[in-house]
Amino acid sequence: MGFVFYLISTFTVGGALAAVLLKNLVHAALALTVAFFGLALLFLRLDAQFAGFAQILVYVGAVAILVVFAILLTRGSELPKEGVFSKTWLVGLAIAAGVFALLAWAVLQAAPWLPQEKAAPTVTVNDIGNALMSRYVLPLEIVAVLLTAALLGAVIVAMHEKERSR
Amino acid sequence: MIERLDQIFVILKHWLLGYLPESWQTPVGVILSVVCIIGLYPALFAITTVLERKGVARIQNRLGPNRVGPYGILQPMADGIKSLTKEDIVPTTADGVVHFLAPVVLVVVVFMGFAVLPMGRNMVLVDMDAGLLFYFAMGASAELSVFMAGWSSRNKYSLLGAMRAVAQMISYEIALLLSSVVIVMITGSLSLVKIVEAQNHYTWGLPHWFIFTPWGLAGFLMYAIAGTAETNRSPFDLPEGESELVAGYHTEYSGFKFALFFLGEYVAMFSISGLGSTLFLGGWTAPLEVLQFIPSWIWFFGKLFLSMGVFIWMRGTLPRLRQDQLMNFAWKFVLPMCLLNLFAAGLWHFMGAGWLRWVVCSAILILAYVSIGREGMRRKNLGPRSYRYAE
Repeated sequence: MGFVFYLISTFTVGGALAAVLLKNLVHAALALTVAFFGLALLFLRLDAQFAGFAQILVYVGAVAILVVFAILLTRGSELPKEGVFSKTWLVGLAIAAGVFALLAWAVLQAAPWLPQEKAAPTVTVNDIGNALMSRYVLPLEIVAVLLTAALLGAVIVAMHEKERSR
Repeated sequence: MIERLDQIFVILKHWLLGYLPESWQTPVGVILSVVCIIGLYPALFAITTVLERKGVARIQNRLGPNRVGPYGILQPMADGIKSLTKEDIVPTTADGVVHFLAPVVLVVVVFMGFAVLPMGRNMVLVDMDAGLLFYFAMGASAELSVFMAGWSSRNKYSLLGAMRAVAQMISYEIALLLSSVVIVMITGSLSLVKIVEAQNHYTWGLPHWFIFTPWGLAGFLMYAIAGTAETNRSPFDLPEGESELVAGYHTEYSGFKFALFFLGEYVAMFSISGLGSTLFLGGWTAPLEVLQFIPSWIWFFGKLFLSMGVFIWMRGTLPRLRQDQLMNFAWKFVLPMCLLNLFAAGLWHFMGAGWLRWVVCSAILILAYVSIGREGMRRKNLGPRSYRYAE
């Protein structure tokens, strides 16, 4: 695993922790962006080039911008009066720990069933394209319909506000 | 002899690395190439600032800077000394950390794009399989630095400028990506080295550059428009327009940080021109078969400077677009044209070689251009021009 993995994961976990613990909302959004970059670097370490660069393109280039625009257009950048931590944090911690335990158990149970290969299979963008067009074409089309519905919904919401303000 | 001149940088690098032990060669080789890139492009930036100021000045019927050296060519030295010694003013209510990091993030992300550009035969820093995707991933991260700059200044003008700039960059990024997808469709690879290799064939002495095909020409024009808008360059420079928003998102930056923003913008222009010439103009290949004796890196940088000349020419000539005109243009004209370009390129591939595919693809694209253009102009009542004179 080595030194590089620990460096990248420190970066990622640090960014995610900062995103939760920082008081200033825009700082938290930028720390979340750092966590996204860390995830992309982890993908690249595993030789998944397409996943890594698509992660940067989509998460850093679109989702992070969306988050900061949402903060900008609402009055979110002022500090809230009652502090940023919830009063029921102990229950929240317990639930999060429970979910983590469940996922870890599921993954570790499945590990003996994976083929013991010495070298990771290289997946090129060509293979991903072929798979998307042949085996996974139905999920692709469903995602396209979902995005179109989201786009239409955004246009309708924006148009409705414009008519009402006239 | 010709091949040696063509490969002179590669030979030089291998000769220098020959003096090192085996295990040190790869890291030092990478560091050497990175240092060359980081040293070369700011030098080109310095030359370009003088050329731009003189060029725009001459278009506007005046002389440019002509005091500092003969014909003003030492002006970048004066500018460099000025920006290094100016006071670095940070507003007291500004967000210190983010204000400091914004130009840093911009410059880092912009220089990362050069890692995949093939600047000559065998002269790529990293030959990645998904090179084009890496380039666009880095371009997408540049928008974040614009937002950081505008928000951290706690200045309404900066915030407005940043929001306009980010909206513009997101809209035109789709056009940029779609016009490059056409190239990926035809060559079947995301690697920039393979894309240049696919253009390295000659028929009757003329090259197989993608710009000489109907879909390639349309794609190149869309790419050029989108590239101009991505780097906030005139006629799309409302976010940094001097007469509207003071200086947009870099109002509150002085001294070296402003110089870094300026550097970032010009190096982004070099980067986008370099990618444009790699995708559409054949990268380092020569335009005519007989001219192949000129080294490949001279062709690459020649095309880069040609693109910069066109950028400077456009800046001096065209008036600025308003924000809503700019956004309408992106979503209602450039995006449909890019989608139709995809369709035309698909037809081109499946119709097989011959004169019919030229006619059909050109007809589709010209019809689309005329009909979408006319549709966009229909609702504007443009009568004959009327003048009002002061009494």
